[in-house]
Amino acid sequence: MMKRLITSREALLVGAIALLLALISSRFPAFIAPANLVNVFNDTSPLILLAIGQMIVILTKCIDLSVAANLALTGMVVSMINVAVPGLPILFILVIAVGLGTLLGMVNGILVWKLAIPPIVVTLGTMTIFRGMIFLISDGKWVNSHEMSPAFKAFPRTELLGLPVLSWIAITAVILFTVVMTRTTLGRAFYAAGGNPHAATYAGINVGKTQFWAFTISGALAGLAGYLWVSRFAVAYVDIAGGFELDVVAACVIGGVSIMGGIGTVVGALLGALFLGIIKNALPVVDISPFWQLAISGGAIIVAVALNAQANRKKGRIILKQAEQAT
Amino acid sequence: MLKQMEPPVPSEDRPATQAALALHGITKTFPGVKALSDVSLDLYPGTVTALIGENGAGKSTVVKILTGIYQPDGGTILVDGKPTSFPVPQAAAGHGVTAIHQETVLFDELSVAENIFLGHAPRGAFGLIDRKAMTAKARALLDGIGAQIDPEHKLKDLGIANKHLVAIARALSIDARVVIMDEPTAALSHKEIEELYELVEDLKAQGKAILFISHKFDEIFRIADRYTVFRDGHLIGNGTIADVTEADLVKMMVGRDVSQIFPKRTPDPGDTVLKVAGYAHPTEFDDIGFELRTGEILGFYGLVGAGRSEFMQSLFGITRPSAGSVEIDGRPVDIKSPADAVENGIVYVPEDRGQQGAILDLPIFQNITLPSLGRLSGNGFLRLAEEFKLAREYTERLDLRAASLDTHVGHLSGGNQQKVVIAKWLATQPRVIILDEPTKGVDIGSKAAVHDFMAELAAQGLAIIMVSSEIPEVLGMSDRVIVMREGRIAAELAGPDLHPETLVRHAAGISGGPS
Repeated sequence: MMKRLITSREALLVGAIALLLALISSRFPAFIAPANLVNVFNDTSPLILLAIGQMIVILTKCIDLSVAANLALTGMVVSMINVAVPGLPILFILVIAVGLGTLLGMVNGILVWKLAIPPIVVTLGTMTIFRGMIFLISDGKWVNSHEMSPAFKAFPRTELLGLPVLSWIAITAVILFTVVMTRTTLGRAFYAAGGNPHAATYAGINVGKTQFWAFTISGALAGLAGYLWVSRFAVAYVDIAGGFELDVVAACVIGGVSIMGGIGTVVGALLGALFLGIIKNALPVVDISPFWQLAISGGAIIVAVALNAQANRKKGRIILKQAEQAT
Repeated sequence: MLKQMEPPVPSEDRPATQAALALHGITKTFPGVKALSDVSLDLYPGTVTALIGENGAGKSTVVKILTGIYQPDGGTILVDGKPTSFPVPQAAAGHGVTAIHQETVLFDELSVAENIFLGHAPRGAFGLIDRKAMTAKARALLDGIGAQIDPEHKLKDLGIANKHLVAIARALSIDARVVIMDEPTAALSHKEIEELYELVEDLKAQGKAILFISHKFDEIFRIADRYTVFRDGHLIGNGTIADVTEADLVKMMVGRDVSQIFPKRTPDPGDTVLKVAGYAHPTEFDDIGFELRTGEILGFYGLVGAGRSEFMQSLFGITRPSAGSVEIDGRPVDIKSPADAVENGIVYVPEDRGQQGAILDLPIFQNITLPSLGRLSGNGFLRLAEEFKLAREYTERLDLRAASLDTHVGHLSGGNQQKVVIAKWLATQPRVIILDEPTKGVDIGSKAAVHDFMAELAAQGLAIIMVSSEIPEVLGMSDRVIVMREGRIAAELAGPDLHPETLVRHAAGISGGPS
């Protein structure tokens, strides 16, 4: 089972991350102290959650650009609820966050499934709409730390067995979705629908419905991340996580998820997110300007895509040969 | 061998003029397949030469060699008698060779004029495209072929017939000397075909050499001056149309040495398992009805575009029919989706493995179990051990040799990919299996294996529908054959009627029995 989970693509990424850590520690040894690594992981947890959802969406040949806006809208809604009803238990907040995120994801899914609008157009539209809705419900005002209840802010930071709850949630999501992707019919349908939609249709899989479920999962994870984000940073406003959707897509691509669909694993998305998270956390401490940070992330994406394209090239030739024979 | 029956065409039979374009002794091999062996073809100015042959005879390969898309492995290309080569498509175009394809290769979002002059547009100041001159020239070309098309319209607004005219105008715009028309009438109405004939006459009068590829004998006799027949990549005969009859051409086209050996079967049809009546679709097929019994192999023969695959896809629930009924074991069923079809025991192995068959990025076992996952799961969770067991059972049954069931299907050979697809469908334990061109693109060895396996399945009581364009396969494997033409059943043949010429006659719509 493990053999199938960790393919050579993922092994390569583990190597790249190890190399990256070695490089950083040569200039700043404290970076690889366990306590700091826990910090980096915790910092990267929202990215991990979103990358898992995005991975599933990309697997079905779609893309979800609305994840960061979904996160921000859900975050604002739960913050305002917390301000209005400070005593509401965290469990309810979590249910509301996941529920609202799911609903927003379903909107994307329905538009892609029933109206057959290209996913990039749908989610570009909903991304803008979600951001607009935040402005409408908040009047553009911030919800600040002092307005939030202590319990609301404490939840993601609470330590359990040496790790904050935020990290545990990311770990749980990795395990849960590894099971979903490898052990359920739905997980198999995601791979089949993206790997070859025609063949999937012939095998009795409803490709549009499968894509709908992918968007729904992505939305649910974005909603969950929305609450975790605003409570961790103790602030909610229109522009939180602005542009974060690109980091999420980048994490997937670096993690070996094929933008053409059909190829990708939860572990890959996790590793891709960690790679970006390490760069993000390390560059300031080794005193490299944030502009370099963007360039390095961008470079990593191009290298990752080039490697994936190389891996797929051989297969392309085989297809060509068959096509020639057929004539 | 028929080759000996056909004497070499005497040289005095050839037109006195030099061939504008000729192929001499051309050979072309693809991995595992010899597409052309030692074929020759002469195209004379002001002459229409018809190229005739079954699917797979090598016609498309010849067109690709003539237009510089493929390079021959041996032989010479002669332009005005001088040896030359077409290393790139532009070289062929430079010698005035142009092709009008079955599906016109044009650009929907560009204007008619842009389509005509793409790549060789008239230039104005600073090397920019001179749109005015381009439009004017396009209008002149279109007028010249009697086409009433506004050169400034977008191509997508045009009907298929007008698109053909644009393609022809494009061919003329590069000062073509040789025009290749690959089944140009396949998608045209009767009136449009008449107009196309006039145009071909015009081109002929202008001294162009025309290669006309067609399956339809009536149009070959109508407009061709000469003929060339290919079979299995060999040149079978050529000469003047006036010297031959339809029967001669049919014989040249299908007659072959029966070297292919098909499994011996003693068909023992049982009860009727599938009954289709009045199946219709607004545009693709009409009034399809037949019965199929257990243990029977029913062949579906027809020319490309006869509606066979379209009907099968509808029967399988991919598209909805506008009318018609299906009964399985005497019980009416409503098939709305492929899932319904699989549920009712009908499975479809499509023609295009890459497009519709296997999922190349998934391992063998996941491909095989994909349509059966409902059986292999509980509450949405897969039972992996059962999956492996099922996959192993069917890979062994099909003698599929691969390192492991975890191997991605994309890493397998074409023949093995086909086996995965067949295993996938057998694993659903169907009653009726539809095989669409089961051996297309498969090497000879695997072909025999597929045929043996079909015979075995029929012997086990499975009802098989085989769509095939290969006459030997249809005749060698089928107990009965339904011939389709233009979306309708043209004939249902069995026993002594199963004869190559009868099939071709019904498929092409030629009246009269075999000669």
